[in-house]
Amino acid sequence: MNMSYEEYGKLVKKCSPNSPIFKTVPLSFLVGGTICAIGEAFRLWFVSLNMSKEHSGIWVSVILIFATALLTGLGVFHKIAKIGGAGTFVPITGFANSVVSPALEFQTEGFILGVSSKMFIIAGPVIVYGTIASIGSGIVFYIIELFGGNI
Amino acid sequence: MDIVISLIKAFCVGGLICVVGQFLLDYTKLTPARILVGFVVAGVFLGAIGIYKPIVDFAGSGATVPLTGFGYLLSEGVKEAIKEEGIVGILKGGLTAGSAGISAAVLLGILVALIFKPKKK
Amino acid sequence: MNKARGVIFFEDPPSIVGFAAVAGDMEASGPLKGKFDKVFEGDMDGEKSFEKAESKMQLCAAKKAIEKANLKFEDIDIAFAGDLLNQCIGTNYGLRELEIPFAGVYGACSTMAESISLASVFVASGFIDRAIAVTSSHFCASERQFRFPLEYGGQRPLTAQWTATAAGSVVLSGKVEGNIKVKAVCIGKIVDYQIKDMNNMGAAMAPAAVNTLVKFFKHTGTYPQDYDMILTGDLGQVGSTILSELMDREGYPLKGKHSDCGLLLFERERQDVHSGGSGCGCSAAVLCADVLDRLNCGKLKTVLFIATGALMSPTANQQGESIPGVAHLVFLEGSE
Repeated sequence: MNMSYEEYGKLVKKCSPNSPIFKTVPLSFLVGGTICAIGEAFRLWFVSLNMSKEHSGIWVSVILIFATALLTGLGVFHKIAKIGGAGTFVPITGFANSVVSPALEFQTEGFILGVSSKMFIIAGPVIVYGTIASIGSGIVFYIIELFGGNI
Repeated sequence: MDIVISLIKAFCVGGLICVVGQFLLDYTKLTPARILVGFVVAGVFLGAIGIYKPIVDFAGSGATVPLTGFGYLLSEGVKEAIKEEGIVGILKGGLTAGSAGISAAVLLGILVALIFKPKKK
Repeated sequence: MNKARGVIFFEDPPSIVGFAAVAGDMEASGPLKGKFDKVFEGDMDGEKSFEKAESKMQLCAAKKAIEKANLKFEDIDIAFAGDLLNQCIGTNYGLRELEIPFAGVYGACSTMAESISLASVFVASGFIDRAIAVTSSHFCASERQFRFPLEYGGQRPLTAQWTATAAGSVVLSGKVEGNIKVKAVCIGKIVDYQIKDMNNMGAAMAPAAVNTLVKFFKHTGTYPQDYDMILTGDLGQVGSTILSELMDREGYPLKGKHSDCGLLLFERERQDVHSGGSGCGCSAAVLCADVLDRLNCGKLKTVLFIATGALMSPTANQQGESIPGVAHLVFLEGSE
C-alpha cells in the first residue's frame, strides 16, 4: 500500500460519518435544560419551605443523584443518555451515573476489589482535579486576604 | 409567574452549559471523562474570579446542577473556610462543600450494586 | 520471492467435516435468524458472570461442531481457540472440560482465520488427523474490559462497532473427504497506519486486509473476480468503504464480490449497531452459520475468508500508541 499516514488519515475521515450535530446539540440542550429545570423546581419548593439556600442546593443534588442511581440500576439511564449526550453527563446526573455504573458492573469481582475500588474509575479524576483546583484557588484567596484584600 | 420565569431561566442556562459539552464531545476527540474534569476545574476557576456567582444568582439550579456548579461549590467552600478558619481552610473548604454530593453518590452506588444486576445496552 | 511469505497452498487440502455457530438473542434476531445451532437467552444465560456466559457459548459451539462431524472429543487431536478477553479466559474455562490438547490463540477479531489456518497446517502436515478451531466474543464481557461499564451513559460515535455475542467452531480432518476444503491459507503481517481512535476499529484494520489480500492475489496471479465471495471479518461499514477504495487503488477492485461479517450479522439501522458487528465471535458465527453452509450445499464454490483483527490494548492506547491491525486469509473451496 503506497500511502502516507496523513493521506490515509484523510481517507478515513472522508469515509467516517460524523455525529449528526443538528440532532445531538438541540437534544443535549433540551435534556440538559430539563434536568436543570427539574432541579430548579425542587429548589424553589425547598426554599418555599423556609429551607436555607445551602441546604436546598444540597437536597437538589441528592434528589438528582438518587434519581440517576435508580434509573441506572433499572437500566434506563443509558437509554436517556444516548439521546441526551452531554445533556445528561454534564449535569450532576452524569457524575452520579459515572459512580453508580461501575459499582453495578463490577459486582462479579466482589464488594471490595470490584464494586468499591472500581466506583471512581470515571469520577475519580473529577474529584481529584476539583480538589486540586479548589486548593489552588484557596492558596490565592489566602494570599489576597493576607495582604488585606477582600475575598 | 415568578416560578415559571425561574424555571425557564434554569432551563436555558443549564441547557446552554450542556451544549458547550456536546460541542466538545462532537468536535474534539475529548472523552466524556476529560470533559467533566474540564467542567469542574472551569467551575472552580470561574467561581474564584467571581464570574460564576452572578450566573448562579440569575439561573439558580441552571448553574448549580451542571458540573461547573460543583466546581463553583468547591471554590465557594474554600472561600468561606478561609474566612472562618484561616490557612487550614485551604485544605478543608473544597471537599467539605462537596461532601454531601460525593457521600450520596457513594452510598447509592453501593445500594444499587446490592439491589440490581447490569444489563446490555 | 518475499512477497509470498505467509502464503501456504496445501498439496492435500484438509477438509472441514463439522461446523457450528451459536449466538446471543440479539444476534439471532438479525439477518441470520434461524441459522444458529443454539441461541443463548439474555446476557448471561443463567450464568453468574458475562465471562462465564462466554465460556459456556464457546464450549457449546465446540461440542456441536464435533457432534455434527459424527466424532467424539477423543477423536480431536488438537484445539486452536481464542477470544478477546485478557488471558483468553473465555476459551481457557470454556474448553477446560473437553480435555483436548489445547493451543490458545490471540488475534483479536482475526482469531477465527488464524485458528483455522493453524489447524489446517497441523492437519495437512500429517502429524495429526483432526483439529478443531473455536472462537467466541461477548458484548458485555468485552465492553467492560475494553471500554466503559454497560450502564454508563455515553454516546457511541457512528464509527463504533458492536462486539457480537457469538461463537463458532470448525472441525478439520485430513482423513475424511468433506465437501469443503481449505485450499490455502495466508498469514498476514502487522500493519499500522497510525489510527488511534478506538471507536474506529474498521479504519485501523482495513490496511491489514488490503495488505493480505494483495499479497495473496499477487502470489496466485488471481483477481477478486475469480472468486465467488471475498468475506472480510468485521471491518464494518466504515472499514468496508475504506477497503473497497484502497483495493481500487491497488488495482484489485472488489466490485460486488465483497461481503463483511460485521454487516451480515446485524441489520445496522434497526439493531442500532452503528458501523456494524465486530469481535472474533462475529466472523466465526457468520462463517459457521451461513457461509460454510452455502459452500457445503454448492451455492458457493470459492470463498476467501479474511478475518481482520484490531490489536487494540487499552493500556497501549492510553500510553498514546496507535492500533495495529492484522488480517489472515483462508481460501475455502466447496465441492462440485
